[in-house]
Amino acid sequence: MAIDVNGKSLEVDEEGYLADLNQWEPDVATIMAKADGSDLSDAHWEVINFLREYYEEYQIAPAVRVLTKAIGKKLGKDKGNSKYLYELFPYGPAKQACKYAGLPKPTGCV
Amino acid sequence: MAEPWEDDELEGPVRKFMYVNRRAPYGTIYALESLEVVLIAAAFEQDVTLVFMDDGVYQIKKEQNTEAIGVKNFSPTYRALEGYDVEKLYVERESLQSRGLTVEDLIVPVQIVDKDQLAELMEEQEVILSF
Amino acid sequence: MPMLHTVNKSPFERRTLDTALRHAVKGAAILLIEDGVYAAFDGTVVAEKVKSALKDHKIYVLGPDVAARGMSEHHVIDGLQVVDYGGFVDLVVEYDKVQSWL
Repeated sequence: MAIDVNGKSLEVDEEGYLADLNQWEPDVATIMAKADGSDLSDAHWEVINFLREYYEEYQIAPAVRVLTKAIGKKLGKDKGNSKYLYELFPYGPAKQACKYAGLPKPTGCV
Repeated sequence: MAEPWEDDELEGPVRKFMYVNRRAPYGTIYALESLEVVLIAAAFEQDVTLVFMDDGVYQIKKEQNTEAIGVKNFSPTYRALEGYDVEKLYVERESLQSRGLTVEDLIVPVQIVDKDQLAELMEEQEVILSF
Repeated sequence: MPMLHTVNKSPFERRTLDTALRHAVKGAAILLIEDGVYAAFDGTVVAEKVKSALKDHKIYVLGPDVAARGMSEHHVIDGLQVVDYGGFVDLVVEYDKVQSWL
């Protein structure tokens, strides 16, 4: 499977996760979100960028609970809760946002 | 039915889990498997203790750079454990000493224990998983 | 040229290095690779054994495996030579045979 981004064909797995993290560019997220029927707001980007930084530092995609806590620490309590994140990413913040960010599926994500 | 964001708290008893890491990081798959199991299990909010002994102390050696061997360097992930509330990390003193290493060589803060203290810690556990 | 023996197991966990040394004739070379590189450093309980083996053998250690494990080339025992993949190939060519102790 593959998705087309700016004329390039990028390989994704059967669940739509990018096969090669290094191929990610912002338009990957935009195009994936479009396919899910949504547009990305600044609030979405805040989480996506956060996830990319988290991955860069720890080499894993965080579990939802960990993501929530870490977002709260970095972006404030009003954003560091599951309700806020699920409203932004209704398919599950770790699952959906990680996918847009080009990260692998979080370990232990069911 | 609960909303997805209300599903955070998992019910059930909290048990004392100990993961014993005894293998060097890249020669076998044990170290990475153990780390993945720990991360998965951490979602269930158990009382988790990690032990690094024998060649397992090499898992948390600083400055690993796997670029030239074409294998993913997973050592930064040990630093994520704190965010998963896995904060009880023990290293056996004898294992460290016989390999010429000190606590300064390690990528995460740990408690150094000797083999007798470690034996006692093991006795306190309910579940011990060895990798 | 005699043989090149490669050792890829940690000396703290297996007896592979001992076995290789026991079967290496004078002049044979030892190349430490993968987890075998853990034998190459000063200050460990196996360092003396490696140092005394230097009397009869050239001992090499594979640099990329050292770096991967976060070990420092500065702590490699004096007399051991660090080689890269190109050096590994040169050794294989230079010695008559390769015995890979697993």
